[in-house]
Amino acid sequence: MTALDTPHPPHPPHPPHPGDAAPADGPEPGRRSRPRPRLPARLRRAGLPYLLLLPALLLELLVHLVPMAVGIVMSFKELTQQYIRTWGDAPWAGLANFRVAVDFDAPVGEALLRSFGVTCAFTVLSVGLAWVVGMAAAVLMQENFRGRGLLRALFLVPYALPVYAAVITWSFMLQRDNGLVNHVLHEQLGLTDSPTFWLIGDNSFVSLVVVSVWRTWPFAFLILMAALQNIPRELYEAAQVDGAGIRQQLRRITLPSLRPVNQVLVLVLFLWTFNDFNVPYLLFGKAPPESADLISLHIYQSSFATWDFGAGSAMSVLLLLFLLVVTAGYLLVTGRGRKHDG
Amino acid sequence: MADTAPTADARTAVRKAPGARTPRVGARREPVRRSPTAPPRSFVWTRRIVLTLLAVFTATPVYVMLSSSLKTLDDVTGSFRWFPGDLTVQPYLDIWETVPLARYFLNSLTVAGAATVCSVVIAVFAAYAVSRHRFRGRRVFTVTVLSTQMFPGILFLLPLFLIFVNIGNTTGIALYGSRGALILTYLTFTLPFSIWMLVGYFDSIPRDLDEAALVDGCGPLGALFRVVVPAATPGIVAVTVYSFMTAWGEVLFASVMTNGETRTLAIGLQGYATQTQVYWNQVMAASLVASVPIVAGFLLLQRYLVAGLTAGAVK
Repeated sequence: MTALDTPHPPHPPHPPHPGDAAPADGPEPGRRSRPRPRLPARLRRAGLPYLLLLPALLLELLVHLVPMAVGIVMSFKELTQQYIRTWGDAPWAGLANFRVAVDFDAPVGEALLRSFGVTCAFTVLSVGLAWVVGMAAAVLMQENFRGRGLLRALFLVPYALPVYAAVITWSFMLQRDNGLVNHVLHEQLGLTDSPTFWLIGDNSFVSLVVVSVWRTWPFAFLILMAALQNIPRELYEAAQVDGAGIRQQLRRITLPSLRPVNQVLVLVLFLWTFNDFNVPYLLFGKAPPESADLISLHIYQSSFATWDFGAGSAMSVLLLLFLLVVTAGYLLVTGRGRKHDG
Repeated sequence: MADTAPTADARTAVRKAPGARTPRVGARREPVRRSPTAPPRSFVWTRRIVLTLLAVFTATPVYVMLSSSLKTLDDVTGSFRWFPGDLTVQPYLDIWETVPLARYFLNSLTVAGAATVCSVVIAVFAAYAVSRHRFRGRRVFTVTVLSTQMFPGILFLLPLFLIFVNIGNTTGIALYGSRGALILTYLTFTLPFSIWMLVGYFDSIPRDLDEAALVDGCGPLGALFRVVVPAATPGIVAVTVYSFMTAWGEVLFASVMTNGETRTLAIGLQGYATQTQVYWNQVMAASLVASVPIVAGFLLLQRYLVAGLTAGAVK
């Protein structure tokens, strides 16, 4: 970083420009063989990348890494409401916050464990469905057909819609008495004896998954569609000549080619879905039903309802540890898989 | 005079290069690909059925939003109907009165706009450094920045909240509740992905182009702005769209870090639900108003996003 402070040479010490030395008759090939005496420029070049990175680095530090460190410190403090404004004075709590969080016999720990379980189930279902739907749509739309562009634009709408506008609309559709879902299921199709409660009780889990899949699958679709464009057309033609059917082409060409993309995509979907705060918060408000109490909202709620930021931070740190372990494990497993391929 | 000529050469070369490299994904004149054997009928039927179901699933909420925003309050509070009994645009007039929607709209615009501009500029610099320079700490930087993407927002929320409140207490700078704090927060959300995508995009631009510019006497920044940035326009547009959408749609931090004055649409829309009554027709109208600019912009520019993803992220 000290390289930054050294004064820059006033001008890049490039050789006198070929154009200056030999005005018009400088032959083209001569110009191509550029001499590069870059010795003094090296210092400048060494500092430049850091200078370019500085803003990004500072912001990441300020908004991500410092708060993360602060959060870890907070999790060891007895940081209740009275210390919010003078949090440095809060007494140390040792591991007490963590002990409360993982004491699964006590109400706090039990609620956290249940929320964790719900979040896991939700994530597996939501990511799985979003991936399957996105994949199906991308593969079905790989070939051109009439209306393809229009359909693609439509499919991207849920991704483009601001999450609050979309989820508020869903919460209207899921209303018991004046919602569309019950209108169709109960009044039009007569599948249920009485209108269902979609936003309270156990059904809220179903609502949560449906809304989440509706929102996430277009992203999978977008990424997979982009990736499919990179698969050389000739592969499919060759396979067809060899008599491979659609299913075989899918298994032998499409899926293997998409493998690296899928590895990243599934990880990203997992992290987004697992940490999802928006959908439950907008669908159920600050106090979601137990069956839809996702971990982010749970921590948010237990922090701001009681203003016990120490306990909230401890839960956040546990969540971070879990995500780190899962991500590291995932990268390890998929990385090994990739080596086998190569 | 003489030294402008090669730059111009380099530029035209650049302009040609990306066009040739990145297929225009949304191009209308895409030649219909004739496969040696046409897809079997079963495939065509599967395609029709699956895509129709998906289209219905996707479009229903959009339709509900639109049709309900044109209904009277009695209509939306009664049993659901597919079509408005009486078409009315009254909700679109009332939304501005029920809550200060114009202010929320302006707040969202300010916050998202400022965060996007800052984030994209910073990401361009950082991505240029990562893509074009080999320096110590390059890998550490990339990994660190990317890994912040995986952390749950809730992890930063409590400490940031506390930090902002305490900065306000000690220095008198009111960060908590201000638009500035929100801008600062949002722009870091989009930085990691933007940098990652732009690095991929910059990597796909031949190095010879900016080296030619360097030889022609451009400084490194000149090479960046005259050669690399123009050639990476689709990538930059994609990142801009992504950043703006993210900031426009953020809920978690907006729910904690704003007050009545600085509230954004994300939280402001909840104002249509009172203790006794939810003005569903107005909620839908306001949601539509909040969505139209962003969806229209996205659909106009989605070609770039897909092209950006094709060139950058997906490799």
